[in-house]
Amino acid sequence: MTFVEFLQQLINGLSLGSVYALIALGYTMVYGIIGLINFAHCDIYMVGAYIGFFAATSLHLPFIPTLILAMAGAGIVGVLVERIAYRPLRKASNISLLITAMGVSLLLENGFNCIFGGDPRSYPHDILKQTNIELGPVHTDSLHLIILATSLVLMVLLQIIIYRTKIGKAMRATSADKDAAALMGINVNATISATFAIGSALAGAAGVLVGILYNSIDPYMGIQPGIKAFTAAVFGGIGLIPGAFLGGLILGVIETFVTAWYSPLAGAIGFIILIIILIIKPSGLLGKKVSEKV
Amino acid sequence: MMKTYVKKLVAFLAASAVVFVVFSLLLSNGVINAYYKQIIMTVCINIILALSANLIINFTGQLTLGHSAFMAIGAYAAAAIYRVGLPFFFSLIFGSLVAALFGFLIGLPTLRLKGDYLAITTMGFCQIIVVVLQNIPQFGGAQGMTGIPAETTFAWVFFTMIITIIVLYHVVNSRQGRAMISVREDEIAAEAMGINTTHYKVMAFTIGAFFAGLAGGLYAFLMMFIEPTQFNYFKSMDLVIYVVLGGSGNFAGCIASTGILTLLPEVLRFLGNYRMVVYPLLLIIIMIMRAKNIRLSRLVGMFRRTGKEGDNNAAA
Amino acid sequence: MPLLDIKNISIQFGGLSAVDKFSMSIGENDIYGLIGPNGAGKTTVFNMLTGVYSPDSGTIMFDGKSIAGMKPYDITRMRIARTFQNIRLMKNLSVLDNVKISFVSQTDYGLATSILRLPAYFHQEKDIEEKSMALLKVFNLDGKKDEKAANLPYGEQRRLEIARALATNPKLLLLDEPAAGMNPQETQELTELIRWIREKFHIAILLIEHDMRLVMGVCEKIIVLDYGKIIAEGTPKEIQSNPKVIEAYLGEEAPHA
Repeated sequence: MTFVEFLQQLINGLSLGSVYALIALGYTMVYGIIGLINFAHCDIYMVGAYIGFFAATSLHLPFIPTLILAMAGAGIVGVLVERIAYRPLRKASNISLLITAMGVSLLLENGFNCIFGGDPRSYPHDILKQTNIELGPVHTDSLHLIILATSLVLMVLLQIIIYRTKIGKAMRATSADKDAAALMGINVNATISATFAIGSALAGAAGVLVGILYNSIDPYMGIQPGIKAFTAAVFGGIGLIPGAFLGGLILGVIETFVTAWYSPLAGAIGFIILIIILIIKPSGLLGKKVSEKV
Repeated sequence: MMKTYVKKLVAFLAASAVVFVVFSLLLSNGVINAYYKQIIMTVCINIILALSANLIINFTGQLTLGHSAFMAIGAYAAAAIYRVGLPFFFSLIFGSLVAALFGFLIGLPTLRLKGDYLAITTMGFCQIIVVVLQNIPQFGGAQGMTGIPAETTFAWVFFTMIITIIVLYHVVNSRQGRAMISVREDEIAAEAMGINTTHYKVMAFTIGAFFAGLAGGLYAFLMMFIEPTQFNYFKSMDLVIYVVLGGSGNFAGCIASTGILTLLPEVLRFLGNYRMVVYPLLLIIIMIMRAKNIRLSRLVGMFRRTGKEGDNNAAA
Repeated sequence: MPLLDIKNISIQFGGLSAVDKFSMSIGENDIYGLIGPNGAGKTTVFNMLTGVYSPDSGTIMFDGKSIAGMKPYDITRMRIARTFQNIRLMKNLSVLDNVKISFVSQTDYGLATSILRLPAYFHQEKDIEEKSMALLKVFNLDGKKDEKAANLPYGEQRRLEIARALATNPKLLLLDEPAAGMNPQETQELTELIRWIREKFHIAILLIEHDMRLVMGVCEKIIVLDYGKIIAEGTPKEIQSNPKVIEAYLGEEAPHA
């Protein structure tokens, strides 16, 4: 592989990775705040893709309004799921919550399949002009760069929200200790809803970006990226936002290079890395070891 | 002590024999047709699977989201060795032993992880095994393995199910079972009482893998066709649902919930495609109702205690 | 040779010294006490003795063997047993089952025996049942053998935890705040119970405690910890009048982190 090829694959990897990062952020934020592995999160990504699809085809909206509408729609769906299916189980066992999440996931997937059919749909070709771009000797296309750019902008926005707003502070506090946060006067329910809203919006954005890039959406599109994004979140350190970010990018790059080198391994490479990490350092790349007080 | 045991065992075997004879008659007389016969056999296979997962999840308290991988290993190993000429019964045993070996090898490093990390890792192993199987051309790769003869009969399936119930019951009601339960209850206290928790976790995992492999073998020779994605983490999730809805640990609950949940998609078949929406919807509703009921009985209990304790519980 | 001989064990957590050069020895039938203000490192010492933590330095010799760094279940097999500060009973199991757990490591019939229900299973299970019931009787809990441990009143839960620990047949029993949450009468009963346990089971006992009536009433020697270091040791009388000890507990001069 020449250096130029390496750079091209790197850009592809980073753009794929940034999509994983956007999805991974939702997993990690929800896990951080209520300790749930939200199996339905990857389906919110799919919902975002569909909302964007309808915005682009039926309403003929250009890229940015489509993106915003999809993010808003996905956010609303995320909040509704939390409110209806997860909040009643807040005090139930971990496994019960997990099973409910699985149920929601199946419901969304099969529901969309029943309503919209299983045939893949395509975003309109002209929503984003795809031009070839040359950065020196490296050939890439505008789509990859736009995905990278959009993801970066969203992640910077997230950082601002988490560290510079009141709601962000509330989210950090609730993640650290839900009961203490409640005692300090934080509205825990609203904070959790906000967390779901933001995480879901990011996933929705990822859905639109992928829908445009790969030009095809279907009700089950969330499953594979979902597993990988979740792997990325754990890899980077579950519950840690920078971890999801880092994990997503690294995993995207590794997967791109492995696909180029030996594709049968590509489906499993994420898990192999995950397992190695979990056995060596379970708290993930950026995580800190927490031991139980005896 | 031995007398009561023998009495219970004889009663159980007698009841099983009666059930077997009744079903056999219904089947041979055509009262139950071939379609329902397959469903009943699937129920029995799922019961073997669910009980094996039950040992790990409910008795030892280790959440595994990858148990179907052992079913896959058992299925493929049994089918493969049969082709080489081993008789059916020994093929099944071989498949189960291979599955148990993998259970041991995977369990050893994995069971040191706790809670969600364990769940994720087991899910990961499951997916890896699916991908590996998809890449073995001798096993048919992603297309799967066809042409497996229909060796599985109702007798085989029922007999194996009964043996599974007896063996697992024996394991649970022994000092090994007691150790496993103590791991579920409080690992730190268990270790302080002299129990090597990792040893017993791996033991439960290996035994569970053995029976999952057995179920896999029976499945292969029933369906006559196996392919890797039949055993992916969706199947594992199904098992977790059977096991959790069956209640904590108890055999009868697990058997009942597995039976009901296996039959449910069939019962809902009249809904056409919508049954795949109704099934998860029912699941969510059941989980919410369960949670609300738990809270309901806590609320009732709270009113009976003194005000102070009630307030403490409310904040919890 | 003393039963337990600890020499200069230390441990740090994240740069903070939790226990600093702790030394102590106990003989076969002694009852010693370990006291000190909250956070002094007493439970940490217990945790090092029972394998929950591994000391960064120093040695622990028990019955002639070095046990520092051994796993908790191996240490229990060496015959050191413990109770916990926040009772760690198996709440969903019955009283009897809680005690039977301790016999898992003391019986040896294998998995094959269990599955095939060979005679050894029945013999050993009968033995376990008898020994467990005998122990429960001694602690007056036999009437509640099938009761869920969570339903026992607090004082009985503490007794059950001690019974469970004794079921592992220890030579040394570590009690972590056994009198916590008890009223004066219960504490008095506990004081007699501890003395009686020492006599009946011929063991050494080391206890952590804040309740001075219990400590002064039952311990032959007391070691006082403060900020991870030993600041005094001696008989109850000597400790009671030791100015350093008084200062540590009242903490007027001592700076707080």
